[in-house]
Amino acid sequence: MLDRLLEFAEALRKAGVPVATSEHLDGMRALAHVGVEEREPFRAALATTMVKNEAHRPAFDTLFDLYFGTRLGPDTAAREEGGENPEEFFEDLLRALSAGDGGEIREMARRAVAAFGRVEDARGGSPYFTYRVFRVLNLDSMLERLMGEAAERGAPSALDERMMREEFEERLRAFRRAVEADVRRRLAERRGPEAVAKHAVRPLPEDLEFVRATSEEIAQLRRAVVPLARRLATRLAMKRRRAHRGRLDVRRTVRASLSTGGVPFETRFRRRVPHRPELFLVCDVSGSVSAFARFTLMFVHALQTQFSRVRSFVFVDTLDEVTRLFEFEDFVQAVDRINREANVVGLDGHSDYGTSLERFWETCGEALGPRSSVLVLGDARNNYRSPGSWVMKALAQKARHVWWLNPEPRAHWDTGDSIASEYAAWIDGMVEVRNVRQLEDFIARAI
Amino acid sequence: MASAGRTFGSVEEVSERLGGAGYLSDESIATVVFLAGRLGKPILVEGPAGTGKTELAKALASSTGSRLIRLQCYEGVDEAKALYEWNYKKQLLRIQAERDREWSWEDVEANIFTEDFLLERPLLSAIRSDDPVTLLVDEIDKTDFEFEGLLLELLSDFQVTIPEMGTVVARQIPFVVLTSNNTRELSEALKRRCLYLYLDYPDIEREKAIVLSRVPEIPETLADQIVRVVRSIRQMELKKAPSIAESLDWARTLLHLGVTTLDEGAARRSLGVLLKFQTDMEKVSAKLKIAPRPSDN
Repeated sequence: MLDRLLEFAEALRKAGVPVATSEHLDGMRALAHVGVEEREPFRAALATTMVKNEAHRPAFDTLFDLYFGTRLGPDTAAREEGGENPEEFFEDLLRALSAGDGGEIREMARRAVAAFGRVEDARGGSPYFTYRVFRVLNLDSMLERLMGEAAERGAPSALDERMMREEFEERLRAFRRAVEADVRRRLAERRGPEAVAKHAVRPLPEDLEFVRATSEEIAQLRRAVVPLARRLATRLAMKRRRAHRGRLDVRRTVRASLSTGGVPFETRFRRRVPHRPELFLVCDVSGSVSAFARFTLMFVHALQTQFSRVRSFVFVDTLDEVTRLFEFEDFVQAVDRINREANVVGLDGHSDYGTSLERFWETCGEALGPRSSVLVLGDARNNYRSPGSWVMKALAQKARHVWWLNPEPRAHWDTGDSIASEYAAWIDGMVEVRNVRQLEDFIARAI
Repeated sequence: MASAGRTFGSVEEVSERLGGAGYLSDESIATVVFLAGRLGKPILVEGPAGTGKTELAKALASSTGSRLIRLQCYEGVDEAKALYEWNYKKQLLRIQAERDREWSWEDVEANIFTEDFLLERPLLSAIRSDDPVTLLVDEIDKTDFEFEGLLLELLSDFQVTIPEMGTVVARQIPFVVLTSNNTRELSEALKRRCLYLYLDYPDIEREKAIVLSRVPEIPETLADQIVRVVRSIRQMELKKAPSIAESLDWARTLLHLGVTTLDEGAARRSLGVLLKFQTDMEKVSAKLKIAPRPSDN
């Protein structure tokens, strides 16, 4: 058991979950009190001692099932040999989903994988596949059947019907997840958990690369981005707060001394008027960085809700200000309006950094001052057009900070049409920001 | 040092006793609380607002029969506000009052750095308490990094050093609950010392049980409908998602309105209890396909 726990901790670390040695020890001590016989307290005991971030919990759960999953006894394995009739099974599944008992749904998933997921004489590899299960069981028609049956039992109101549909959708998702988990478990049983762990765990949200993420995954990142924007805001605010000692405020000091019999024990200072930082965001939203662009817009939106003085600009081959559009509270609406209303394509829809930067200088050059920071987000791939790098030089001279966040790996900079270092030469720095972790680092270090 | 944790015999006992204090826990909550007692470690509770983080600490206090000491954190909370402070105004008065006596500096020092002049703040009183206590450090994410450092020393050794008086060691290890709304990432060091508990919105069954226990007069079918609609609303992107307390308010409101089954009309009339922003209201109305009342606009 101790060895198993050690391997498990190692697998967590490989997946990117930081597990300190002391936390590993805590896990062991916790098991001494809770025991391993009952699964849920066992799981909870390990989770509470070893995982200190909710975003890491899915990775933990996947690995926990791999390493400490229940094994099928020989009895069940023997029973599984008997084939299932797809039509009959479909009816059984319908009943189980309709009843909605979690344990029963998992059991159905196990039966489904045993009956339909198997590939005969697969050499070496996994003998079970998720796709085979869903090829036999057409789940698309399942939802309508469920709704139909529920309607027969009684005519619910339209509101009830919508709630019911959501509930059934959720149960179907649970069934899918259970099938996937069961396939993984069977593989782990055959080849050992280490072999499966590497592929089974999705990258943690903070390690997910923007350019490779699906739009669904990008949407999930929003939970991570909002606190980051807030942190950026508080970091700037903190700098302001620290400089709170100003000139002595004689009037308030004398007043405070009255409670100590006229001895000026407490000194009071005049508060400095805090300087309000301004932020200018310039974002590439062209096709080559489309996944990144979605993330960028998310970040911009989050920043605009945190900072009062942000101006945002987006560009493809020409540039447009979108500050006003982001004043909508709702992100989806804002993106929608940017797609419709922002004027970012002047010519052919390929990035043109030169023209866009020059336009930025024309519109904002005057407004920049020693309090302004400029943040450029883009891959600096200019399609061999005129770079307009003099703008970066001019920006760096006028603004307090100019930072550039580049979603490409550093090794790819200056290859092909990327002119990263031509811009980077003038400014505070160009930073590789491929995932949330790197963005966090940037905020912690640079600002 | 006696540990407060010896009072729980098993995970089941934890849920029973929390239940007795009016807090419906689930298996993972009960396990974490049980372990906190056994291992003598603080619990760090994270999660969205209104999922019962503070409530857990209160229930823990009443179920273990201990006194709840609460430290509400805010930006800029410091040692003087959290741990202890010398009442220097009183010290000053003392010195002035005794001015005529020819006291040496040592005498003065021995005189003014005593219990009489010590202002005890929540952390110190939790440690010095003779009777069992539950210490709640609420919204720790609002404090600065420096303050976290102070807590670290306290939470790992349960002792505090006051330079003028010496080290104060806890007479018993209190139950400690730290809550955070996750507005900033807490330091790794602090997280390492704590047991972590993420309190999300409860699942349907648990929320229904909560509604039924807090609003006992409500018919079960209505409670069921309420929690389903609330769950559906929580999955949307809103400025402020409805908390458990708001589900309860909604249940009470519907009860007062004499509603027995929830339909579009009833939802429309009472949605204001659940949602606190006009934009949220419009979004939810659109999703649930209930037109807001004209007067709501």
